[in-house]
Amino acid sequence: MRSSVMYAAALIVGGLCAAAPMLVATNAVDRAVAATAKDGLEPVESFNAIKDQRARSVALFEEAGKVIQSPRCLNCHPAGDRPTQTEAMRPHIPLVVRGPDGFGAEGGLRCGTCHHATNFDPANVPGHPEWHLAPIEMAWQGKSLGQICEQLKDPKRNGGMDMAALVHHMAEDSLVGWGWHPGGDRKPAPGTQAEFGQLFKAWVESGAVCPG
Amino acid sequence: MAAFSIKVNGKSHSVDVLPDTPLLWVLRDNLQLTGTKFGCGIAQCGACTVQMDGSPLRSCSMPVSGVGDSEITTIEGMAGPETEAVQKAWVAREVPQCGYCQSGQVMSAVSLLQSVKEPTDEDIDLAMNGNICRCATYVRIRAAIHDAAKTLKG
Repeated sequence: MRSSVMYAAALIVGGLCAAAPMLVATNAVDRAVAATAKDGLEPVESFNAIKDQRARSVALFEEAGKVIQSPRCLNCHPAGDRPTQTEAMRPHIPLVVRGPDGFGAEGGLRCGTCHHATNFDPANVPGHPEWHLAPIEMAWQGKSLGQICEQLKDPKRNGGMDMAALVHHMAEDSLVGWGWHPGGDRKPAPGTQAEFGQLFKAWVESGAVCPG
Repeated sequence: MAAFSIKVNGKSHSVDVLPDTPLLWVLRDNLQLTGTKFGCGIAQCGACTVQMDGSPLRSCSMPVSGVGDSEITTIEGMAGPETEAVQKAWVAREVPQCGYCQSGQVMSAVSLLQSVKEPTDEDIDLAMNGNICRCATYVRIRAAIHDAAKTLKG
């Protein structure tokens, strides 16, 4: 099975020069998808009218979930070993895998082979000093928002973080923050990281109730 | 324009280029190290592969301003047992056809053997699938990497 990977790559890409048109076509689809997506986040205050605390907590998480379930986040929280790319969340080209440390296969295509410290728009390659995949226990793709919510609260599946650390991670972590500054023609995550952080913090303070 | 000092193949070079100039163009146009090839310019084909501090790197997606004090090695500067083993295996298997992608293929193959001494087919696929060959020399590439690994094992 594995032995067919390089043949498949050759058939799909069809040579050095054929890669760029394929990407252009995909980007056109991405732009169409992006144009129909909602860009902003509702502020925390807009949830004050919800009197039922559990319902308010769920509503806050569902608003924050617009970020969590955006392609900018989900692409690197895959259910398998391979990340996805673009608004369409297609498999990453070329084939890369999580590897033992989340930074790619040992001796193989490490994330840092192509992704460097910053976005590099001339090559349309995003970047960050810590560019890597989330651990498999943090896989989000294919899960409902409620399932992701329960996962986020479970220290065994959230990197051992308590809720305070989780709030800090969402509001301050610079790799999370890349989602709002993705470079190229990639659509940023909704709102701002600060707004997302405020929603997440308000959700925690309201009891961290998950959608059913 | 700005002046950058970069270390390539053991020598320091000063170049006056825009900060977002891809390393690939500095190597080819400023330093005349044309063994590193332009293929796609978007880190999809692997033709521009060099090593940075011993790890493979697509030089088309690295701005010269990001190189800093790192050591760059191009195909012209490759040496050592893994390089020699790959070179011999490549010749013995007559791996190249048109040859355009081959410096990138060799850079990735040597990098693999420097970190994985006895690579499996899966290891080879995961290391080499980002190096596209429009002549489809993939079967010979894989065989030559296995040959080189055997040579290195002795």
